[in-house]
Amino acid sequence: MSADPTPGGAPEPADRTPALDGAGLALAEPPAAAAPRPGAADIEGRSPWQLAWIHVRRDRAAMISLAFILLLALLSVSAPLLAHWIGWSPTDQDRTQGLTVDGLPVGPSGRHLLGTDNLGRDILVRVLYGSQVSLLVGVVSTLLAVAMGVLVGLVAGYFGSAVDTVLSRVMDLVLSFPFLLFAIALVSIFGSSLAISVFVIAFFSWAAVGRIVRGQTLSIREKEYIEAARSLGANDLRIMFVDVLPNLLAPVIVYTTLLIPIAIVFEATLSFLGLGVVPPSPTWGNMLSDSLDFYQVAWWFPLFPGLALLLTTLAFNLLGDGVRDALDPRAERLFQD
Amino acid sequence: MSTDSTSGGAEVGQPPTAESAATGPLVEVREAVKYFPIRQGIVFKREAGRVHAVEGVSLTVRRGETLGLVGETGCGKSTLARCITKLHPLTSGTLLFEGQDITGLSRSQVRPFRRRMQMIFQDPYGSLNPRRRVGSIIGDPFAIHGEGARDERKPKVQELMELVGLNPEHYNRFPAEFSGGQRQRIGVARALALKPSLIVADEPVSALDVSIQAQILNLLEDLQREFGLTYVFISHDLSVVRHVSDRIAVMYLGQVVELAGSEELHGRPRHPYTNALLSAASVADPDQAAARQRIVLTGDVPSPIAPPTGCRFHPRCPKAQEICVEQTPPLVARAGDPDSHLTACHFPVAPGEDLTRVTATIPEEERAE
Amino acid sequence: MSLLEVSDLHVSFRTTDGDVQAVRGVSFELDAGRTLGIVGESGSGKSVCTQTLLGLTTGARVRGTARFEGEDLLSVSEDEFRAVRGAKIAAIFQDPLSSLHPLYKVGWQIVEMIRAHEPVNRAVARRRAVDLLGLVGIPHPAQRIDDYPHQFSGGMRQRALIAMALALDPKLVIADEPTTALDATVQAQILDLLLRLQQENGMALIMITHDLGVIAGLADEVMVMYAGRAAERADRRGLYYRAHHPYTNGLLESIPSSGAAGARLRPIPGQPPSLIRLPSGCAFHPRCEFAMDRCTREQPELVPVEDGVRHASACWLPGRLLGTTEEMKRARQDAGAAGRTVERVPGQSTGQDAAVEEGAA
Repeated sequence: MSADPTPGGAPEPADRTPALDGAGLALAEPPAAAAPRPGAADIEGRSPWQLAWIHVRRDRAAMISLAFILLLALLSVSAPLLAHWIGWSPTDQDRTQGLTVDGLPVGPSGRHLLGTDNLGRDILVRVLYGSQVSLLVGVVSTLLAVAMGVLVGLVAGYFGSAVDTVLSRVMDLVLSFPFLLFAIALVSIFGSSLAISVFVIAFFSWAAVGRIVRGQTLSIREKEYIEAARSLGANDLRIMFVDVLPNLLAPVIVYTTLLIPIAIVFEATLSFLGLGVVPPSPTWGNMLSDSLDFYQVAWWFPLFPGLALLLTTLAFNLLGDGVRDALDPRAERLFQD
Repeated sequence: MSTDSTSGGAEVGQPPTAESAATGPLVEVREAVKYFPIRQGIVFKREAGRVHAVEGVSLTVRRGETLGLVGETGCGKSTLARCITKLHPLTSGTLLFEGQDITGLSRSQVRPFRRRMQMIFQDPYGSLNPRRRVGSIIGDPFAIHGEGARDERKPKVQELMELVGLNPEHYNRFPAEFSGGQRQRIGVARALALKPSLIVADEPVSALDVSIQAQILNLLEDLQREFGLTYVFISHDLSVVRHVSDRIAVMYLGQVVELAGSEELHGRPRHPYTNALLSAASVADPDQAAARQRIVLTGDVPSPIAPPTGCRFHPRCPKAQEICVEQTPPLVARAGDPDSHLTACHFPVAPGEDLTRVTATIPEEERAE
Repeated sequence: MSLLEVSDLHVSFRTTDGDVQAVRGVSFELDAGRTLGIVGESGSGKSVCTQTLLGLTTGARVRGTARFEGEDLLSVSEDEFRAVRGAKIAAIFQDPLSSLHPLYKVGWQIVEMIRAHEPVNRAVARRRAVDLLGLVGIPHPAQRIDDYPHQFSGGMRQRALIAMALALDPKLVIADEPTTALDATVQAQILDLLLRLQQENGMALIMITHDLGVIAGLADEVMVMYAGRAAERADRRGLYYRAHHPYTNGLLESIPSSGAAGARLRPIPGQPPSLIRLPSGCAFHPRCEFAMDRCTREQPELVPVEDGVRHASACWLPGRLLGTTEEMKRARQDAGAAGRTVERVPGQSTGQDAAVEEGAA
């Protein structure tokens, strides 16, 4: 710890944004004079978010992933419509041609595009309905976890000392909890439901967010602009939410995109173990679980829900990577003299 | 001097009356001490030592003047500045602002005083929130002190931007879109918003290129003239401090070693450290550079965690004797000096004395490497 | 033949916003035992220039030649380069802490550096390292050699780096802002040390700095750079006392000097230009108070401005107008006025400072 926060020696002069001060010369001149400077107009007013978006747009994998996710969301929302159009509801059993004479699932055909499951239900419709559960649980539980994590991490990092010690230990505790045992215990007490799934997943995810936010807050807290806000007389609440929070958004957004696929897999795991959404409502997890006895005779049964799960998590991960690259301050750094 | 009185009505935090405000120094620091504890341990933190950042500093800042604080890394000048603006509480000592004792005031009690004392920071990159628009950064003081509705603030902010030489149309831009010099102007505009009487500028130009540095110095000078501002100007660069300051306090390891009018200090530096500092300053003139005798100090500044006994400069001082190891010299006017020229040295340098030829008479093992 | 001959060096970098033209045609030469000061503000290309010579600008597009002892550094292979760098050309950087590996002892780093270039055993190399640390003024070098970098103070680290730079007896040392991060009194020590070592070893020295004061007592020749080009080049006295380029004059007048304490500074108006979208003609013209029509169209080359001495300036003003005296300033104004057929676009000439004065008046 240094007694004198500012070094006496002059750092390299900081006047080093070669690209961004195009219009600077015309300052305080009549506006008409500012206009003709070539090159000034096209670099004006780009916010950090716009710069990030420009960056993401160049990332092909991220853009394809984004398109996939948007398409999936659209399909998932319109699942009832699609089901109506296809002609099967997710729980309808095709009593005439849904099963072979041996009582086994039938493969893909004109009648059932992706085949049927062990009860003669249409797999396409069930996968579509399953996406509702996956996205809903993935997004809602992630948002809950992020909200909780940001709040706790922000408070711990900003206030430090005893508050930080207590909250950090709580986060450590949560992170060291055996996830599955806890989930099984909860479900056996409250019974399985969508709400319980969301709660369990959020409960196990927030601490990771909290740790990241705490770390970021610790470093932001030492920034000079926080000191500036304090010297202006801002109170803690204002500093936390006006000055610190906007600077947390980038890591939080990145982490959110990366947390959603984890939550989706969590949910699938719970459903697979029979701890999630109650059958006969379809989820990718319980479909996979049902398919266990049939994968040797009906490859399409595990393949399509599995593929849906894989592609969705992959898309979220690729998008998350793209967003992280775009928001990484190092990626946008110009060459400095 | 601005006349808008603060609305804070707390007994302690009451703004001074017009009469008391007009007389006496703006800021008075008495025997200020600031220690930073060094804590060790993971779960149970214990104090393992303390950084003696500021130790027994007394000085006054007069209305309308510029007081320069100069010194090297670790001399405590920035800590002292932050104590004056109440960013750090003093470990002991008294702080008077406009005649009022504000030493023990809580954060909310200090608030009414905050609008009358502002800071400008060193790092034009670090002192502006990168995720907020310039308009809202400059408007912060208004928002924090609840002055004007949101839509009333914009013209005020744009007026400020124009005042410091920024294009008001850049209201919605982000700090990253400005160059270093322009960002420092943003910082100046923010500090001016509430028409303060005191501005503490912590190395406001050290991170800027020379040509830009001169622009900012001129700007500060103009604003001082127009608004009757009082500056505490901190820098490690003697030539900059000399240019802007009426009086200069030279600091070394948490203490003021010499305090005098700017020209007096440069003309007749009495403390050996001031002499060394002056002789080490770079001059952009080959003949002067060749002609001058550099007093090259031995070693580095000792750690403020365990500062030397007696005069803190003694391990590096060419004139040090036994008494310097034992007794801390008081900051007083020395024989032959005007009352306004204070020096904390047992053996002040006489005019014309050549420090490059002097050697200390204290045992070698007590000297720093 | 000079020790180092750089001619028409161009360096540019690709960024998402466009190509940053960091160096745009710089030529200079340096003889053995001489000191060249390169002065410029951030973005002037002064560091990029020498980093290119050291092969440190990966990913940059480089054009031109840089002959060191007759061999073009820019066209040799990576292996050949490595043999030259360190052994014959050494570098000292601004931040000594990040130039030293934090996890290895200072002495070990010097020893390894010697052994990487010379076939000597560890004991010999170690003895040399101790000698070197003593040479650069580190007390008790035999003990301090086993310290880690964090156990050294800032000034000592810079000394250790200088020791490392000198380890192989280089012909050329490039010092990039070696004292910028140091306190004034320590800075003085390091500058004295560099000067002394240079005189003793007869090496050539390139000192890069933003501070004209640092090299006033040090450089034989000074090159002022602006926006990737050399604005002016002269011997030390010529540059400080008879500067020709308005930018050099502006830099000199921006420094708060002892002679004119309390007087108003005369800053260069405006901001350094974007290296992606450079102004037409002379890159300095938007900030130049003497700019003429020609300056907005044609880029001036370095041409001699004084007889008998090496003094060249890249400016369209007549060559005889040297120095910062009032008389010369008026002469320049007249020359500028004569070369101006139409008024320049407002907003390109006046910078912020004029506006500030307006606003504050």
